[in-house]
Amino acid sequence: MSIDKDTAARVAHLARIRVDEERLPALAEEFNAILGFIEQLNEVDVDGVEPMTSVTPMRLKRREDVVTDGDRQAEVLKNAPDAREGFFAVPKVVE
Amino acid sequence: MTDLTSLTIAAARDALRKGDVTSAELTEACLTAIDGADALNAFVHKTPEIARQQAAAADARRGADAPDLNGIPLGIKDLFCTKGVPSQAASRILDGFRPEYESTVTRQLFEAGAVMLGKLNMDEFAMGSSNETSVYGNAVNPWRREGDDTALTPGGSSGGSAAAVAAGLCLGATGTDTGGSIRQPAAFTGITGIKPTYGRVSRWGIIAFASSLDQAGPMARDVRDAAILLRAMAGHDPLDSTSADLPVPDFEAMLTGDIRGKTIGIPREYRMDGMPDEIESLWAEGRRMMEDAGARIVDISLPHTKYALPAYYVVAPAEASSNLARYDGVRYGRRAKLAQGDGIAEMYEKTRAEGFGDEVQRRVMIGTYVLSAGFYDAYYNRARKVRALIKRDFEEAFANGVDAILTPATPSAAFGLGEMADADPVQMYLNDVFTVTVNLAGLPGISVPAGLDRQGLPLGLQLIGRPWEEGDLLNTAYALERAANFVAKPGKWW
Repeated sequence: MSIDKDTAARVAHLARIRVDEERLPALAEEFNAILGFIEQLNEVDVDGVEPMTSVTPMRLKRREDVVTDGDRQAEVLKNAPDAREGFFAVPKVVE
Repeated sequence: MTDLTSLTIAAARDALRKGDVTSAELTEACLTAIDGADALNAFVHKTPEIARQQAAAADARRGADAPDLNGIPLGIKDLFCTKGVPSQAASRILDGFRPEYESTVTRQLFEAGAVMLGKLNMDEFAMGSSNETSVYGNAVNPWRREGDDTALTPGGSSGGSAAAVAAGLCLGATGTDTGGSIRQPAAFTGITGIKPTYGRVSRWGIIAFASSLDQAGPMARDVRDAAILLRAMAGHDPLDSTSADLPVPDFEAMLTGDIRGKTIGIPREYRMDGMPDEIESLWAEGRRMMEDAGARIVDISLPHTKYALPAYYVVAPAEASSNLARYDGVRYGRRAKLAQGDGIAEMYEKTRAEGFGDEVQRRVMIGTYVLSAGFYDAYYNRARKVRALIKRDFEEAFANGVDAILTPATPSAAFGLGEMADADPVQMYLNDVFTVTVNLAGLPGISVPAGLDRQGLPLGLQLIGRPWEEGDLLNTAYALERAANFVAKPGKWW
C-alpha cells in the first residue's frame, strides 16, 4: 500500500496538524517508509489470536459512585492560554 | 572529603544517618556540579530553591529511622508533572505549563525525603532514542570516544537523566520507558536502569505517550541504588486504574548476589544479522559470568521477536495520537497566534503544527492513519494480535523454568549527535530492537553496564525477568554487576 500526497493531506487534517502543501510529498514518503516497515506484520499467522486488550490480566477496580474531587475552577483554568470569567475562551465556533 | 556527588545513594544514605554529611552539603555539591555542566544540557529547569528547602527539611528529619531517600538529591525527567515547576515533556506545545498537581512518583519520592535538583532533558514526549527531538536542544553524553571530541548522544528518551547520573550531577534520577527509554540511555552512559513490570509504578501525573507501554523507573549508579529508588517509586495508586494492588518488597534486602541454581535463557532470535562483534562478545561474556556465578544457561527461542518493532510502531503511535489529542491550545500550554477570521479548526491545526516537533507530528499522524476507518483491522488489530504472540513467547519460556533472560541492551554503543540526521526514521527505531519486546509483554527489564567497546564507550547487557519479580531480577543483575565489575567513569571535559 502506498500513501500519496492527498492521503498525507487527509491524515494531517484528521490529526489536526497543519502541513504546508510543499511539505506533503516528503511526508508521504516518510509514511511509506514507516508503513513499509510495519507491513512485515502481514507475515505473521494470527489466526485465532485475540488482540491484546491488557498486558497484565487485571480487572479494573471499582469504587462507590461518589464525588471525590472538584471545586477547583481556578486551578483548572490556571494554565489556559485564554480564560475569561471562569471559562476557557476559544475563537467563535457557531456562526 | 571524597567528592560528594560521586557517592552512591546507599553510601550517601549511610553517611547521612551517621551524621558524616548533611543533605544541605550534598545538595550544594550537586547544585555546583549542575551549574558547571551546562555543556551537557541535562538539567533544563533548575530548582535550587526547592532543593535547598527540601534539604533543610531532610536534615531536620535526620535520624536512624529516616527513610532511605531522606536528603538524597535527585533529578526528575521533564515528563513528570511537578507542582508549580515547569513540566513540558520537552515540547514547545507545553511551553509555560506549570502543573497544579504532583505526579504520584514524585510525591512518593518527596514524602520519602528526596531532594529535587531540577527537571531533566528528554526527547519530546519521550519519542526518540537520542534526545535530539527535545525543544531544549540535545542533551550530551559525558562519555567521549578515546582521542575524539565528537559530541555523542546519551540515548533517549531519558537522555538528560542518563547524562546527569553518569556525570555526577545527581545521585539518581527518574526515567520512563515506553520502548527502551530507560535501558538504552543507561547502556549508552554506563549506568543502571530498570523498567518495572507494567503496573508496578503509578503513571498518574506522568505525561502520557503510549499508555499501555509506559512505565517509570529509576536510573542510578548501580543495582543497589536502583533497588532503593524503585521501592520508593513503586506501589498501588488509586489514581491509576492500571496500577497493581500488590505489596512492594524491600528490593534491596533481596540483593544477595546468589544466583546458584537459577536458569538464564539466551534467546537465539536476539542474534541479529550485522550485529557488531563487540556486542556479540559482550553477550557471550555475560553468559559466561552468569554460568560462573552458578546459574544454568539454556538456549531459548522467542520466535516473534522480529515482529516486535513493527508491532510497536503501530501500537505506540496509535496510543500517542489519542493521548496527544488533548494538546489543542485550549486548556494548557501554548496557542498559536491566529489570523483574523481563523476559527477553531485553524486554532487546533496551527497550534499543533507549531507546538509539536517533526518526530511527534510524524507519530501522531501514523497513529491517526492506523486507527482510521478501513485500516484499523489491518494495522491496529493485527499489531495487537502480534503483541499477544510476543507475550506468549515469553510466557512459554518462563513456563519452561527460565528465571531470567540475558540479551544485549543495545545494538551499538552511543553514536554521534547528528549522525542519524539523514537516516530514515526506521533506522533510529532499530535502537530499541532488544528492549521493545519487554514493553510489549509488560515485563521488567534492567540494563547493567558490562564493558567498554574499542573506543572506550560503555556497553550494557539487559536482563528480563518474570512479571512482578523485580526483586529476583535485581538480584540477578546484582550478580552480573559484581562479575562485570564495571568501574570506568567518563573523563571530565565539560
